Amino acid sequence: MELDELYRESILDHARHPRNFGALEACNRSAAAKNVSCGDAIQLFLRLSPAGRIEAVRFSGSGCAISTASASLLTLAVQGKTAEEAEALFAKIQRLLTGTSAPQDELPGDLAALAGVRRFPQRVGCAMLSWHALEDALRAGEKNSA
Amino acid sequence: MRPPEEFRSDFPALSQAAHGHPLAYLDNAATTQKPKAVLDAVRSFYEKDYANVHRGLYDLSVRATEAFESARRRVADFLEAASPEEIIFTRGTTEAINLLASSAGRSLLQHGDGVLLTEMEHHANLVPWQMLRTSGIRLYFLPVDDEQGTIDWNRVEEIAKKHRIRLLAFTHVSNSLGKVNPAAEICSRARSLGLLTLVDAAQSAGHQHLSVREIGCDFLAFSGHKMCAPTGIGVLYGRQELLDLLPPYQTGGEMIAEVQLDQSSWKSAPHRFEAGTPNIGGAIGLHAAIDYLQTVGLDAVEKHTASLASYAASGLASIPGIRILGPRDHRAGIVSFVLDKVHAHDLVAFLDQEGLALRAGDHCNQPLLRKFGLAATARASFYLYSLREEVDRLIEAVEKTRRYFAG
Repeated sequence: MELDELYRESILDHARHPRNFGALEACNRSAAAKNVSCGDAIQLFLRLSPAGRIEAVRFSGSGCAISTASASLLTLAVQGKTAEEAEALFAKIQRLLTGTSAPQDELPGDLAALAGVRRFPQRVGCAMLSWHALEDALRAGEKNSA
Repeated sequence: MRPPEEFRSDFPALSQAAHGHPLAYLDNAATTQKPKAVLDAVRSFYEKDYANVHRGLYDLSVRATEAFESARRRVADFLEAASPEEIIFTRGTTEAINLLASSAGRSLLQHGDGVLLTEMEHHANLVPWQMLRTSGIRLYFLPVDDEQGTIDWNRVEEIAKKHRIRLLAFTHVSNSLGKVNPAAEICSRARSLGLLTLVDAAQSAGHQHLSVREIGCDFLAFSGHKMCAPTGIGVLYGRQELLDLLPPYQTGGEMIAEVQLDQSSWKSAPHRFEAGTPNIGGAIGLHAAIDYLQTVGLDAVEKHTASLASYAASGLASIPGIRILGPRDHRAGIVSFVLDKVHAHDLVAFLDQEGLALRAGDHCNQPLLRKFGLAATARASFYLYSLREEVDRLIEAVEKTRRYFAG
């Protein structure tokens, strides 16, 4: 079935058992994102070190399998990265899912499971939800420190 | 009614395949497919009789004007209105309610007056009224008591005695619950309390017999596209003596009596409310849609869609973890449901692969779904061409989806 491409085994696994789920008590950055078309809402919490490295990341909220799995994968992917590296990853995943990057520009590691979303344009918003929250959380930080 | 199979050939869009299956279009509460009779009427109008209306002195414009005004007379007849002057063409239900709220907010409703709504209103019958808060108009709400859509209409009297309510605006049929509100009884109650009434008939027009004379409302709004007509045409019905009190909504050409550089005067209703070139082709299409539906018979359409909805609700109820919203009996052709541990978007994505077209989301009913602790539901909605076999496919596909996500 075509849908197996979208709901790959690891996507279903992350949707059923999201990693790093629940609020992060000691966070210094957070942002919420809402998909107005379906009501999915995700809140992302970060703890950035003074040097700008993501020391901890968690998320909460409710959403479909794609948005939940994407948020779960996000937490694993950006853990330990610098804010700049995380922003670069956001840009890369956005390019890949919205079809403006070359097909060989594959996503690293477990994030590759999200590539199936590319063929379902109506679900790209679901996959990008937590990533937009990540970007907002990082940018909110820039504003605070400015 | 003739068997629904016989109507399917009237609707060209229904004969297509979806993901290798015959398309089962089950999103009729959002919009309905169009019969050839409507498409042909619109095409023929543009090919033979099209010009602008109400201004040309040449034959073609006279014919276009006659066709447009004939559509207005047809709608008046369809709704059993007292006269065609009570029929205002709009883009749809949303524009009709915006028109009424905006104009009534500057005339019928005074600072400190209240508008009474229900908690099950579509955003289109909520947000336009919220806009009047800046004019000092207050909103009150009749609570929806349960997921079946029960409203205690005795509360209208309680609330009207406590507050200065001027208008009661309510949906005839809930677009997410399929609950049918007893419009005639509600309007009679409101009238005895001195309240004006607006019926949002978006889900009932073209789906059941609908008469403003029998309902006894002051205003009623509906959309053509949910009843076989093209998009972009709808109607606001208003009692003549009330329309005479309302100021214009939009202004410009068509709606004026006389214009000077510093002031203007307006035509009488309905033209006062139809600024600019109207959707003439849409009105022609609406005329043809009414003709088509009356040939089928609206009582038969209502009976068929209600019977499919009740068949669907009882079939779906056997699936483990399903929660079905809406009344247990006397349900319109709408069934909303959620499946435990499967988000509505994932569910309809699966159903789509089986050729089943359903809507998932908040159905422009956020406050109501929030009350039930839900962000989204899946919704199946039926029309005259919907088949029992499509309901069987739906039930089977929902069960298949449940098993897939259960892992």
